[in-house]
Amino acid sequence: MYKYNDFDEAFIRSRTAQFRGQVARRIDGSLTEDEFKPLRLMNGLYLQLHAYMLRVAIPYGTLNSGQMRQLALIADKWDKGYGHFTTRQNIQYNWPKLPDVPDILDALADVEMHAIQTSGNTIRNVTADHFAGAAADEIEDPRPYAELLRQWSTDHPEFQFLPRKFKFAVSGASEDRAVVRAHDIGLQLVRNDAGEVGFQVIVGGGLGRTPMVGKVIKDFLPKEDLLPYCEAIVSVYNLLGRRDNKYKARIKITVHENGLEKIQELVEDRFTSIRATFSGHDQELLKEIKAAFAPPAYVEKSTDGYEAARRANPAFRSWSDTNLTDHQADGYTIVSISIKKHGATPGDATSDQMRVMADLAEQYGHDELRISHEQNVILPHVHKSDLPAIYAALRAADLATANIGLVSDIIACPGMDYCALATARSIPIAQDIATRFDELKIEHDIGQLKIKISGCINACGHHHVGHIGILGLDRAGVENYQITLGGDGTQTTTIGTRAGPGFSAEEIVPAIERLVTGYLDLRETADETFLQAYRRLGMEPFKAILYPSEDKANAA
Amino acid sequence: MARAFTPKVVTANALLEGDAVWLTEDNRWTRHIHEAELITDEAHGDLRLLEAQARVDEIAGAYLADAKSGENGPEPTHFRETFRTRGPSNYHHGKQAG
Repeated sequence: MYKYNDFDEAFIRSRTAQFRGQVARRIDGSLTEDEFKPLRLMNGLYLQLHAYMLRVAIPYGTLNSGQMRQLALIADKWDKGYGHFTTRQNIQYNWPKLPDVPDILDALADVEMHAIQTSGNTIRNVTADHFAGAAADEIEDPRPYAELLRQWSTDHPEFQFLPRKFKFAVSGASEDRAVVRAHDIGLQLVRNDAGEVGFQVIVGGGLGRTPMVGKVIKDFLPKEDLLPYCEAIVSVYNLLGRRDNKYKARIKITVHENGLEKIQELVEDRFTSIRATFSGHDQELLKEIKAAFAPPAYVEKSTDGYEAARRANPAFRSWSDTNLTDHQADGYTIVSISIKKHGATPGDATSDQMRVMADLAEQYGHDELRISHEQNVILPHVHKSDLPAIYAALRAADLATANIGLVSDIIACPGMDYCALATARSIPIAQDIATRFDELKIEHDIGQLKIKISGCINACGHHHVGHIGILGLDRAGVENYQITLGGDGTQTTTIGTRAGPGFSAEEIVPAIERLVTGYLDLRETADETFLQAYRRLGMEPFKAILYPSEDKANAA
Repeated sequence: MARAFTPKVVTANALLEGDAVWLTEDNRWTRHIHEAELITDEAHGDLRLLEAQARVDEIAGAYLADAKSGENGPEPTHFRETFRTRGPSNYHHGKQAG
């Protein structure tokens, strides 16, 4: 993992000290809320429905056991004993008190973490494939590039007042697990015909009120050109992006309004001049960063114990069938810890659970943890022989739910239970859907199915790319839920299509049940996933299931 | 024709804790909407909001929210404002926890 150098340390400490002064001036009334708001947002502090909310960056979703323990300590000391992992690989605390926030930031700085640029119209936390450096299908670990981007974008003087927020995602694998096509800039490591590794650069993707799949602006960018090229894109956007209308200010609209070709020309032009100013220092830095991301010292041992445990314990077998992913090293596997126990709040972990996961990472996982954009926690490097012990510890901590990728592994934003922007609640809908399918005991039969729920049009819950997306709205003073179908957040990113009129809070869970059980009748084989069946059959049969009475009305 | 004025309360978030507060007739910030001043006159509402917004070292983000007269005092009319009177639905946290 990357370790802060003296410069990083001094920068974070000075920002925390600045913010301590700003908070003091806010509390004594010398700063108004209008004056204070941009300052607190620069430090990740929001004011929500019931309390302040602090969003802490977890760079590219990677953290070590010491950092996880510190997140637990913060939850206990200054919050209500839990934290919420988000779709941007961050953690949010829902109940901090304003006077405590500088102390929280100091506690974060103690473990090389911060909340800078987790809000505001700046470049936000760079996200990455949560299996980076471990996945079997990987060309190269994308995190050194994510770290290079993080250092370049943090406090970048040109990019502190962009037209709107700006999000990067980086993936080094053939399967896109980082939703790179729904980011302002998506970077996909690829190999060209000559066998060299470079970036496919995707621009102008995004969800929100105008969802767009990103467009390829550069098929193959040599790796050493990463920073000047990204700087060229953001610099073109900084000048061209609209500042007259917040809803048309993201780069996806800039690309859409100006056309990819024009943006490409402007970026190439800018790139030529910027590139000349890069003297190679960034490549020296990258070398140091890469050394910090060297693979762990893998060990070779027998996996007999694992196989025996699988035969002996059906619950362990079910969990290992569902929650493991192929690792690039022999004998190793990637463990996804579900933070989606049926009926619990998606993405919420208690401080005790955080400590258990930290202990497991330290004891069995080369001291590494990841947060996935799907709001789960990953142990990326685990030897299979250690799985029975890990499973036992997870079970004792209520963390052994075997549902990764299944119907109850739901992404849900905080919605109107916390968020000031929300138009409806998301969490209770997610809880009820998961609880219902657990009662039916059919989720393993259903197979891969991604349900994603957002409590407003801003789409933090990624509903547009859910196989089933649910969008909570306020319709004439009542919560109402719209369903979209056929969304996909992988390398074949697709924006889901709205199925029809929305459902009330009481109707939405039965509607989802109808839809999913209806799919079981429609699929050709048990292997045909919901998304595959939808792609084969189109909207109509699913619509007929969702709106049965309309069908009858049409027939009459 | 201008839309008829519906009754309002002045509400905000407390500066230190961030939780929802309402303005009373005697200029206190209360944690209970029932104790709030129910405003039935538009001009008076605008004035009360201005007065509230001036209290920068006590609250943040003051606004007028729709309310109606209930048995024990003002009650919210929109579900968002109802949630603000009690807290989130996934945990017994916030106002509902007392």
